[in-house]
Amino acid sequence: MKIYKILFFLILGIFLNIHLNAAEQVKPLKIDWSFKGLTGKFDRASLQRGYQIYKEVCSSCHSMQYLSYRNLSEPGGPEFSIEEVKAIASSFEVTDGPDSQGEMFTRPGRPADKFVSPYPNVNAAMAANGGAYPPDMSVIVKARSGGADYIYSVLMGYVDPPEGLILDDGVYYNKYMPGQKIKMPKPLSDDLVEYADGTPATEAQMAKDITTFLSWAAEPELETRHKTGVKVLIYLILLSVLVFLSMKKIWSRVDPKI
Amino acid sequence: MSTEYVPESKVGKWFNDRLPLLSLAAHLKDYPTPKNLNYWWTFGGILTFCLLTQIITGIVLAMHYVAHADLAFGSVEHIMRNVNYGWLIRYIHSNGASMFFLAVYIHIFRSLFYGSYKAPREIIWITGLIIYLLMMATAFMGYVLPWGQMSFWGATVITNLFSAIPLVGESITTWLWGAYSVDNPTLNRFFSLHYLLPFLILGLVILHIWALHVPGNNNPVGIDIKKPSKDTVPFHPYITIKDIFALLMFMIIFSGFVFFAPNILGHSDNYIPANPMVTPAHIVPEWYLLPFYAILRAVPDKLGGVILMFSAIFILLILPWLDTSKVRSSVFRPIYRQFFWVLIVDVLMLGYLGAMPAEGIYLVLSRIGTTYYFLHFLVILPVVGHLEKTDPIPLSISEPVMTGSANTALARKNENI
Repeated sequence: MKIYKILFFLILGIFLNIHLNAAEQVKPLKIDWSFKGLTGKFDRASLQRGYQIYKEVCSSCHSMQYLSYRNLSEPGGPEFSIEEVKAIASSFEVTDGPDSQGEMFTRPGRPADKFVSPYPNVNAAMAANGGAYPPDMSVIVKARSGGADYIYSVLMGYVDPPEGLILDDGVYYNKYMPGQKIKMPKPLSDDLVEYADGTPATEAQMAKDITTFLSWAAEPELETRHKTGVKVLIYLILLSVLVFLSMKKIWSRVDPKI
Repeated sequence: MSTEYVPESKVGKWFNDRLPLLSLAAHLKDYPTPKNLNYWWTFGGILTFCLLTQIITGIVLAMHYVAHADLAFGSVEHIMRNVNYGWLIRYIHSNGASMFFLAVYIHIFRSLFYGSYKAPREIIWITGLIIYLLMMATAFMGYVLPWGQMSFWGATVITNLFSAIPLVGESITTWLWGAYSVDNPTLNRFFSLHYLLPFLILGLVILHIWALHVPGNNNPVGIDIKKPSKDTVPFHPYITIKDIFALLMFMIIFSGFVFFAPNILGHSDNYIPANPMVTPAHIVPEWYLLPFYAILRAVPDKLGGVILMFSAIFILLILPWLDTSKVRSSVFRPIYRQFFWVLIVDVLMLGYLGAMPAEGIYLVLSRIGTTYYFLHFLVILPVVGHLEKTDPIPLSISEPVMTGSANTALARKNENI
């Protein structure tokens, strides 16, 4: 019995710490994401729409410097075809060089290139955005407690400020942001983009799609991880059964009085 | 001991006469082990597995990681995205640290419950504690390497502790940093030391096991036994198979974290690149250091807090001499057994408080918890040892002949846990 007692307390202790770490702001909206759970997968169409939102809306301020265009065609991601990715990449101008004359030059992007950033450096980004740095979005879902639910909530959390609250210029009210103040203006509104697949572009739909895309960007290995994990668990459990039976047999040789 | 072991083949004998590795192998195989060891005794093997896993995954990670303040964060992302199965290796390594500590805490508390630290096993206990100290240092420096916000600010808080030392504190801190703040030189030396310390741990583990093999294992009944005898079984295959089974159970939990919740034990702020200009709202260490963090913050004076925090660990070094009871196993110590569980709750409470802001009720509870922690070792343990009327102890494991008969059932019950 004591085994259970200790394990129970240890695990309880660990989880309490984690949950209480996160419990300091307004509870985010809960979405039933397709990529949660042991066998969770991304919704392919949603990822593709999410990329469209990133390209047409977010990417004017936010970089995603750890992603390459080739990632968009890789399994477990939006899975655009190779041709589509080549077309996407070549629509960007990439600075390359120096050439044999020592000059930098621009050329159309290739799938192997990293996502082109909107600003050359952090200071330029801050100067263009009223002193606030639009964070790189490569791992933003992992970098916020609450994860995908939190990102979705912030996108949907632009409401009118309570009466009497005076906001400075360039500061917006968002009920899910810690401190309720955010320097990003409301990024999404109904029919802001026209989805290539004809899905009605409501604000909630767009928020869901971009959050799905960002979740994949943060954890591109998620589907492989889940699939491998299920196999590993099955293997370990089967092996445990065999080892358990062997153990019983071996120990049966010892004086069974004890 | 199988010092009389003679290899069968001529070559084997020739080699063994010059380097008795085969004798060592034979000793490890036949090593007489108490046959009543319960599953709490499997964590030694599990910990060896953890250490080797950390070393192997760590070596692979070091092939791709770049220890530079401007590149470290990006190189970790490179491992996660572009290195084949890099995500798996990194998640095993980062969750492996937590699993390592989970196992070491169980191992330490098992020792506390069954009195494994008492004579003649004091040196096993002390080498174990040094291993634990090195583990904490290694884990702390490893946590700094991804160069996220929590890495940077955790390093700042912990290294700043040394500045509390009178007169030379500031100089020591600067010396540790290699700069006037936590910066690139700090990251570089932490990487170097993070690679070095595990091998020191490995060496100490060998000493730890060597010291164990002199008196042999303690056991749930806590009595000295004749070796080899009816009370013992050879290490192989009896203990090996049991250790493997326990290890598999452990690996199932480990895999659960790695594949399905790889970031749940970490802090989300560590996916934000280190920024010396922005302090996180709460700076918290990894979960396994939280009880000590609570003790540190329970004291209003910085130097006092640092002294108390280190004392909380170093007090364990003299534990074998603080515990005055001649009886090892708590199974036969009805009073101490109660205090053991209170200590567990106290340490868990301190762990919880370490994650909370140091204010209001949390601070009060931290102070109570800290006081109780020291009270347990400095007052309760020596006094209970003197006053406690222990239960009758069996004469051997196989024949639980008690000096009184009432507790046969109790001894049996506890052996079967």
